[in-house]
Amino acid sequence: MNAADTTWMLLATAMVLLMTPALAFFYGGLVRSKNALNTMMMSLISLGFVGMAWAMLGYTLAFGHGSHLLGDLSAFGLRGIGLDPAPGSTIPSLLFAAYQGAFAIITAALISGAVVGRMRFLPYITFITLWSLVVYSPVAHWVWGGGWLARIGAMDFAGGTVVHITAATAALVAALVVGPRKDFARHAVLPHNIPFTILGAGLLWFGWFGFNGGSALAANGQAVLAFVNTLLAPSATLVAWTILDQVRTGKVTAVGAATGIVVGLVAITPAAGFVSPFSAMTIGALAAFPSYFAILYRSRTRLDDSLDVVAAHGFGGTTGALLTGVFAQKAWGAPADGLLFGNPRQLLVQAIAVGSTILFTLALTAALLKLAALLAALKAAPQEEGQGMDVSQHGEEAYTSGDGALLLLSETLPGQEPGLAASQGGAQ
Amino acid sequence: MKLIVAVIRPEKLTEVLEALYRLDVQGLTVSRVHGHGGERDRVETYRGTTVKMELAEKIRLEIGVSNVFVEPTVEAIVQGARTGEVGDGKIFVLPLDQVVRIRTGERDRAAVTPAGVNPHLDLVEPS
Repeated sequence: MNAADTTWMLLATAMVLLMTPALAFFYGGLVRSKNALNTMMMSLISLGFVGMAWAMLGYTLAFGHGSHLLGDLSAFGLRGIGLDPAPGSTIPSLLFAAYQGAFAIITAALISGAVVGRMRFLPYITFITLWSLVVYSPVAHWVWGGGWLARIGAMDFAGGTVVHITAATAALVAALVVGPRKDFARHAVLPHNIPFTILGAGLLWFGWFGFNGGSALAANGQAVLAFVNTLLAPSATLVAWTILDQVRTGKVTAVGAATGIVVGLVAITPAAGFVSPFSAMTIGALAAFPSYFAILYRSRTRLDDSLDVVAAHGFGGTTGALLTGVFAQKAWGAPADGLLFGNPRQLLVQAIAVGSTILFTLALTAALLKLAALLAALKAAPQEEGQGMDVSQHGEEAYTSGDGALLLLSETLPGQEPGLAASQGGAQ
Repeated sequence: MKLIVAVIRPEKLTEVLEALYRLDVQGLTVSRVHGHGGERDRVETYRGTTVKMELAEKIRLEIGVSNVFVEPTVEAIVQGARTGEVGDGKIFVLPLDQVVRIRTGERDRAAVTPAGVNPHLDLVEPS
C-alpha cells in the first residue's frame, strides 16, 4: 500500500461523491420552482439506493472476475474486500470499491434530467437502483473489470462510455417511455434559479478533478495529466460555447456557460489520462459543436429530455470517446496510439465500444422501464404535475413562507390528544 | 366599464393569458397571491413539524374593460382556468368609475382600448 496514492484516492472519492449533490443544484436550478425539491431529490436519493445496491451487488457484478461479459458474486455485500491492495494496485481494495461506488451513484443520478417534473418518485427510485445493477455494472465490467471491451483495447479513462453514454442512452429511453410533461412544448418552462445551476456547474468541475484525476488510481504523473486536462478541456469548451452563443443569439448566456462547462468535462472524461494537454484543449473546443446544436435541435422535437442529458452527456460523451481514438498518445501514457499518431484502428475500436454500449443500454433500459411500468404508473397524474412534484411527491415546498400553515400535533406523541393530523387522513 | 378581478390557479395562467390575447385583451395586471377557496388542505411535513397549509398559491388578474368586453373576457378566463376540481378560483366583476391612461391623459373607454386602436371603431357600446 502506498500512502500518497491512498491519500489522493481518499480525497478523490470524496470529490466524486460531492458531484451528486452538485448535480442536484445544477438540475434543480434548471426546473420550475414547484419542482425544485423533487428534481434535487432525484439526484440525492441515488446516494442512498444506488450506494447500497453498489455495496451489495453492483461492485461484485462490475469488478468480480466472472466472465468477459459480467463479474461474479464473489464479493456480494463487499465480502472479502479488505484493506490489502488489490493485485496490481497500491490502494486498499476497499477504497477502490468506495471510489467506484461514487461513480455508480452519479451515473444513475444523471438520468433524472430526462424525467424531471413528471416521473413518480418511487418508480424512479426502483428504476435507477435496478438500472445501476443491470446496465451500469455490466458496462463497467466490460471496460474496467477486464471484460470484452478492455480485451479488444477500448480506451475509456474515466467513463465516457461507462458513465456518460450509458446515462444519456438511458435518459433517452426514459424520456420516451415515461412521456413528456403536460406543459412540454405548450408552455414556456423556464429555469427558476440559474445561480443554483452555476453553483452546480462549479461544484461539478471541482468534483471532476477527483473523477478524472482519481481514475489514475494513484498520485502519479498520469493523475497530474488527467487533472490538468480536466482544467483545460472545459475551459476550451467554454470559449467555443461563448462564441457560438454570441454569434447565434448576440448574447452570451449564463445557462449556456454552465452547460458548456459540463459538456467539456464530459468530453475529456474518456481521454483525460491518455492525451496531451494541447489535444485536451482541441477535444474540449470540438465538443462544444455537436452538443450545442443537439440542444437547439432537441428543443424543436417532441422529445422531452427536459434537461438535455442526451445532448450534454450523450453527444459530449460520444465525441470524447471517439476523439480519444484520434488523439491518444502512448507518449502521454495511453495504452495505444490514436488515429493522429498512426493507429487508425483505435478509432474503430472506440466506435465499437460506443455502439455496443448504446445498443446494450437501449435494450436493457427499455425492458427495465416497461417492466417497472407494469408494477406502477411511472408518470404522475396531470393534476399532480400542475400542483408541482414537490407537494405531490414529497409534501414539501422549496420556497414557503409558512404563512397560513396550521401546526398539527403528532398522532404518535405519547400522552397527547390525537392531533388534527388524525382527521386529515387521506389529505395530501 | 367594469373591473374584472379573477383569482386563478398559477399553473393555469398561461392558458388564461392565451385566451385573453386571442380576444385582444392586452392590458392587465397579474399578482401572486395566497388564498383559500374551500379546496382540500395540503398536509406537509418538515422534519418533525407537520402543518396543514391553509393557503394555496393563486394568481390574481385585474383587467379594466369596456362593457362589450365584459362577457368575452369572463368567458375566456373561465375557459382558460377551469380544471373542474375545487380550487379553480373566482371571477369578480366590479363597477369601474373612471380610468385614466397615465401616458396620454386619455379617459375611460379610450384609456382601456389598446394603444393604436380606434376606440370608436367597434359597435356602439350598450349603455
